[in-house]
Amino acid sequence: MARTQVRATRDDAREPVRGDHLTREDRLGLLRYMLLMRVSEERALTLYKQGKVPGSFYDGRGQEAVSVGAAFVLGPRDRMCILHRDLGAHFVRGVTPDRYLANYMGRSDGVTGGKDGNMHFGDRELGCVGMVSMLPDMAQVATGLALAFKMRREPRVAMTFFGEGSTANGQWHEAMNFAGIHRLPAVFVLENNRFAYSTPQSMEYAVDPVERARGYGFPGESVDGNDVEAVFEAARVAAERARGGEGPTLIECHTMRMHGHGAHDDMSYVEDELLEEWRRRDPIDRYVERLRAEHGFSEQEIEKVRRGVETEVEECARSAVDSPMPEPELAREGVYADAWEPLGDGRAPWSFWQRADAGGNGAGGTAQEVKAA
Amino acid sequence: MTATYLEAISDGLRTEMRRDESVFCLGEDVGPFGGAFKVTDGFVEEFGEDRCLDMPLAENSIIGVCVGTAIEGMRPVAEMQFADFISCGFDQLVNVAAKMHYRQGIAVPMVVRLPSGGGFSGGPFHSQNPEAWFAQTPGLKIVAPSSADDAKGLLISAIRDPNPVCYLEHKGLYRHVKGEVPEGEHTVPIGEARVAREGEEMTVIAYGSSVLLAEQAAADLDEDIEVLDLRTLAPLDRDAILASARKTGKVLVAHEATQSCGVGAEVASLVAQDAFEDLDAPVRRLTTPDVPIPFSPTLEQAVLPQLDDMKEACRELLAY
Repeated sequence: MARTQVRATRDDAREPVRGDHLTREDRLGLLRYMLLMRVSEERALTLYKQGKVPGSFYDGRGQEAVSVGAAFVLGPRDRMCILHRDLGAHFVRGVTPDRYLANYMGRSDGVTGGKDGNMHFGDRELGCVGMVSMLPDMAQVATGLALAFKMRREPRVAMTFFGEGSTANGQWHEAMNFAGIHRLPAVFVLENNRFAYSTPQSMEYAVDPVERARGYGFPGESVDGNDVEAVFEAARVAAERARGGEGPTLIECHTMRMHGHGAHDDMSYVEDELLEEWRRRDPIDRYVERLRAEHGFSEQEIEKVRRGVETEVEECARSAVDSPMPEPELAREGVYADAWEPLGDGRAPWSFWQRADAGGNGAGGTAQEVKAA
Repeated sequence: MTATYLEAISDGLRTEMRRDESVFCLGEDVGPFGGAFKVTDGFVEEFGEDRCLDMPLAENSIIGVCVGTAIEGMRPVAEMQFADFISCGFDQLVNVAAKMHYRQGIAVPMVVRLPSGGGFSGGPFHSQNPEAWFAQTPGLKIVAPSSADDAKGLLISAIRDPNPVCYLEHKGLYRHVKGEVPEGEHTVPIGEARVAREGEEMTVIAYGSSVLLAEQAAADLDEDIEVLDLRTLAPLDRDAILASARKTGKVLVAHEATQSCGVGAEVASLVAQDAFEDLDAPVRRLTTPDVPIPFSPTLEQAVLPQLDDMKEACRELLAY
């Protein structure tokens, strides 16, 4: 299906398309991962305020629907480069909150074991290549992952995230251009959260970056980034296009960064009214409401998910705090690799991947390869 | 077989691409055109355009694509059209590739071929020797062959290494250097220097084009000069450096790259620190002074180390 350029005049101007691709269990999963991200980041912020986090603290409050909705479409053998506002994607792929919290505190059990901090991690065992601070460098790496899939004729997808801020960087152009030339199986998720640190959109670009997609020869679509099912649906279609050899897609998710760039940033440059407007569009509150109103979920079911997440995060926080600091000798180890090893596969919780026919042509992996939770 | 340095590089790359399907090359104009210096001449016919991939003029993209494909099990060999242009791919190499394994345990087996060096009026942007930029970056390996044999052997070793390797190929050696090169598979271990000429009175520690200058100077002067070809600049073969320094007691460090904080500074420091008791003279350096490489032949020759400069430096040290 040929898709045309869609430019939303308002963030939620277009009615999101919702197919029947989500089961009841999937919907609970989407809610659960968004809550897991929200509660884990709240817990991490507390650890930061208690002085347990060296450096600063960065979160994706208000953007939970973007990373959760997009990552949810991926199969086990797909690969991701996840950015710093996308904790939900790590959780979808199988990282647990204890390892996230330990990473923030520089502990042994953090994903990088103390080698790198905060959100600069990716679990190689779960098919993820962690980010660097320079943005959007990982978009280039994602094109490399996608090129390998294409060269080997594997129906796999490389997905990565970046903010609207990094679309100003030349490397963004390099990555989009290369992906367009070779029609790479890549899904680019553009999180337009309205500010690059303190710089507003009006000082970042003259034309909304989603409109540039056509210039690179592939579709760009704007979706409501605070609607998890809208993000899921756009990512599902994009991943299907990529797997089918139709090339990359740029998905712009309109959202709002509800906290400062980091915990050190009081966000004095943001008008209260803007925050209030976006608070009303909180992706979790909205989804809870929809689950009740449109899908018949009971209050008890939702509370059960919420309590489950809170208990899990509390247990994870205890274990992260108990995790030892790394031995100083570790600082000198691992500069060079002794051998190349393949990345492991990520978890693929979407019910599609549990179906017997999901692995047709090895698309993103087979059902047998899906790792248990 | 007898081959030029250029043919040896080409042969090494072709040998690995025939042996291992995951090896592929990419860069600007490397495809049907065969590369600016013709290293990949005929590759498209043999391996197809996918495995000899013309890249858009975007060096960070070239390096980033290498990183991504390498993580997924390919063995990319990128050609920078000129070593100077790696400055435009610096970020991906230094921040993404070099630190990947340390931070995340993900190996990035990739080679960046860097046609480097001056002597042909290439001017400030086609003549640089950028190795020191990368010697300061933990996680990268750097090799710099001076012979045809090593050009092939080190390239194959670089391709098989699980780390990002900067492969410096001096443009002045491409057609000037010729030698016996083993046919088929041939590797030269990364991290091992080579005694290019045995001697007792002094050592010239050099790499790349400076090895040839040192050998020629030693022959012309007919003195008992040892020439140690470093071959690998990161990690340095400290044992070979110290062994030769202790044996001769006099060390001249020579390279075409500029002087301050160059690879020679590290070698000189190592010798001064760990072989001090065995030295009979201060460690000397022969390098390009700290200036950009000028265009006009008279200016360029005034700054790049010449044979006479090498002879003079050797004479002085021998007489010390």
